[in-house]
Amino acid sequence: MSAKIAYADVESGTELPPCTFPVDRERLVRYAGASGDFNPIHWNERFAKEVGLPDVIAHGMFTMAEAIRVVTDWTGDPAAVVEYGVRFTRPVVVPDDDKGAEIEVTGKVAAKLDDEARTVRVDLTVMSSGQKVLGMSRAVVRLA
Amino acid sequence: MALDQSFVGRSYPPTRPYEVGREKIREFAEAVGDSAPAYTDAEAARALGHPDVIAPPTFVFAITFRAARQVTEDPQLGLDYDRVVHGDQKFVYTRPVRAGDRLTVSTTIEAIKSMAGNEILDVRGDVHDESGELVVTAFTKLVARGAEETSSTSQAGGE
Repeated sequence: MSAKIAYADVESGTELPPCTFPVDRERLVRYAGASGDFNPIHWNERFAKEVGLPDVIAHGMFTMAEAIRVVTDWTGDPAAVVEYGVRFTRPVVVPDDDKGAEIEVTGKVAAKLDDEARTVRVDLTVMSSGQKVLGMSRAVVRLA
Repeated sequence: MALDQSFVGRSYPPTRPYEVGREKIREFAEAVGDSAPAYTDAEAARALGHPDVIAPPTFVFAITFRAARQVTEDPQLGLDYDRVVHGDQKFVYTRPVRAGDRLTVSTTIEAIKSMAGNEILDVRGDVHDESGELVVTAFTKLVARGAEETSSTSQAGGE
């Protein structure tokens, strides 16, 4: 493993470069195919509304996949992530227009965990349309 | 109806091996829009110390979730899957999943709880490679919403 961020160079409160990830209907269809999750709430507006959703929503696992990119882009080696968990608190609603939705992710080092293993805890904040869509979104990351 | 507590601790037999292909990893990385070279370029992955291209962190969920069907479709447990939403997800990695891995998943029911009319099911999937080494463990919390609640706009499992 070869993370490009050194443990010695970060402290509690260090902010990761934030990122915004666009998501439209085409992306949800691609994700459905790649992940094998063909639940119609992620591509069929009629079905989504029938089950009480405002519109088609993104796969929770898609949002989870986007959020960790703030960490993997930061470290340069995706293998630096040794633990990653989220709570799915609100759906990302994806309208059928030219814009779709956006997933905005910020992250910061919440704690340095282990000087020997060079691990830190990164807390992520994941928003869409002004609302938090993931809760308890945390990763344990091994730095260089 | 409350789920049977005697299912807590129940383990299901390991799944047949899933062979991780380079092109499947590429397809997944492209679907999430991630152009990190370690996912598609074996040379770039080797430069980071990996023997072949590696998969993005959440890639393995496709495998563990399929394995969890042993639980969600267990007729004896009798979960009404139409009412189930994904509450929490966590992964603990020993190493990244990589191309060429032949992975099996051993699924265990860790907990069953009733809360505010919902049934909460904690499922653990231990993912092993061909040599029997643990690669990653997936912890999945499934929430079966109470039958009287028809709207799914208020997602279960909130803080």
